[in-house]
Amino acid sequence: MTAALRVANPGLLTTVQDLGRPHAVASGVSPGGAMDRFAHAAANLLVGNDRGAPTLECTVRGPRLLAEGPCMVAVTGADLGLRVNGAEAPTWTAIALDEGAELSFAGRRSGTRAYVAVGGGIVADRWLGSASTDLLVGRGGLRGRALMEGDVLEAAAQADPPPVGRSLPEDLRPRYSDHALHAIPGPHPVPDIFGPTFQVSAASNRMGYRLDGPAVHAGGDELLSFVVVAGAVQVPSGGRPILLMADHQTAGGYPVVAVVAGAWLPVAAQLAPGDELRFVEASLDDALAMRASQREALDSLTSWSL
Amino acid sequence: MPPPRSRIRIRIVPLGDSALFAELTTRLDTALNTRAIALAAALQKRRDVRRATAAHGTVTVRFDPDQVTHEALAAAVRRLAGKRPPVEEPGRLHRIPVVYDGPDLEEVASRLGISTRELIELHARPIYRVFLVGFVPGWAYLGPLPDQLVLPRRPTPRTQVPAGSVAIAGRETGIYPFPTPGGWHLIGRASVRLFLPDSDPPSLFRTGDRVKFFEGEA
Repeated sequence: MTAALRVANPGLLTTVQDLGRPHAVASGVSPGGAMDRFAHAAANLLVGNDRGAPTLECTVRGPRLLAEGPCMVAVTGADLGLRVNGAEAPTWTAIALDEGAELSFAGRRSGTRAYVAVGGGIVADRWLGSASTDLLVGRGGLRGRALMEGDVLEAAAQADPPPVGRSLPEDLRPRYSDHALHAIPGPHPVPDIFGPTFQVSAASNRMGYRLDGPAVHAGGDELLSFVVVAGAVQVPSGGRPILLMADHQTAGGYPVVAVVAGAWLPVAAQLAPGDELRFVEASLDDALAMRASQREALDSLTSWSL
Repeated sequence: MPPPRSRIRIRIVPLGDSALFAELTTRLDTALNTRAIALAAALQKRRDVRRATAAHGTVTVRFDPDQVTHEALAAAVRRLAGKRPPVEEPGRLHRIPVVYDGPDLEEVASRLGISTRELIELHARPIYRVFLVGFVPGWAYLGPLPDQLVLPRRPTPRTQVPAGSVAIAGRETGIYPFPTPGGWHLIGRASVRLFLPDSDPPSLFRTGDRVKFFEGEA
């Protein structure tokens, strides 16, 4: 294990995330984990890690990080204006950092969440089987909190790093600009949810997005609470939908009118307050076909030849 | 002779492409909560199931769509739900002291047309069942409440409910593990720690456990 990156500036909200702790749902603990699982996995695979290794999830305004020693990194997801030593650098690409090199972000161009993977994998506190940061209870990741100036991130040693410069071709990346989220009707379906344009409200975070737009009539009766999943679209009695994201409350008593297909959750993860979205009714077959093509894209990164 | 099967109506619908929702009942029903817990436990043994979690009369099943289709898993859920439920082993019993001095105690008693003393005795009488652990870490939905105590939740939720508040709403009761917003009626307080971050599982209560309140010092 070696010191890999020193935090010169933490950015707006940068946390360690992996695939979360789904089994903890039985205790009411949010599953958590990376919001954009595709970008998270791609970043890891580009630097030769397991796809579920911990990465840094950087929100809107990225951090400024200094390499404590030579290391390999890849930055995926949102385009927050990646710079290496002040010069523009490619995202979705394996980059070698020399000792003392500076990785920074000049400003958001598109998307909301970028992922930084480090060769060997970031080493962080594990809680209930996951290194994901749970900000509500203050556990996991870097002492249960977002990065702060002066923090030093460590990475596991890497025996056989993949080649520098390898990248995921653009046509294999998610189309983040297409905000038509494919969703499958839920246990309490209402047709009103499909079609209209909604706007992500300011009251939105890793737990979920409150959506402004036409009221959706979903009965309004409070149900006995049941266990929900990320991507579920809940409609409280006021008719204002909530799209549940990675840090969602584990159970809810509001009608779930639709559930966003897993392959569109990365697109949802890249939305910010003010962005518009709509839900498009999809079949299970549609959803699974998109899922398969995303997996193929990621699988293309698992092997390399020199 | 095949084992006797108890008929049960079950609604199964997709919850996205990697989960399904199985609903045995929409009502607060102790026997069907037992069935839901047994069904979740049986499903959890399957390799294609990532996590099956019972809640009231429902089970949410997260599965691996690379290993099983929705249709095949739904058929398995129906088959397992039709099996005679195992003899229920009583859940662990927790005895929780409560100081009945909540800010809503008198208002609730007057709305129910009973004295605060009657309210306290009614609330502390049953052995409640944990129908679901969830919502926030360590929160448990307990019930059923005696019929005399059933009230809809407050029309306007409080923006902050103190941790340890003992509350009622509908046919259920619970204890707030954290200071959170909340719309339930606050009738007392308890000092028990419900969320145990250094334990695994990190919750004192588990679905199917039993809880008995008694009037005492918190």
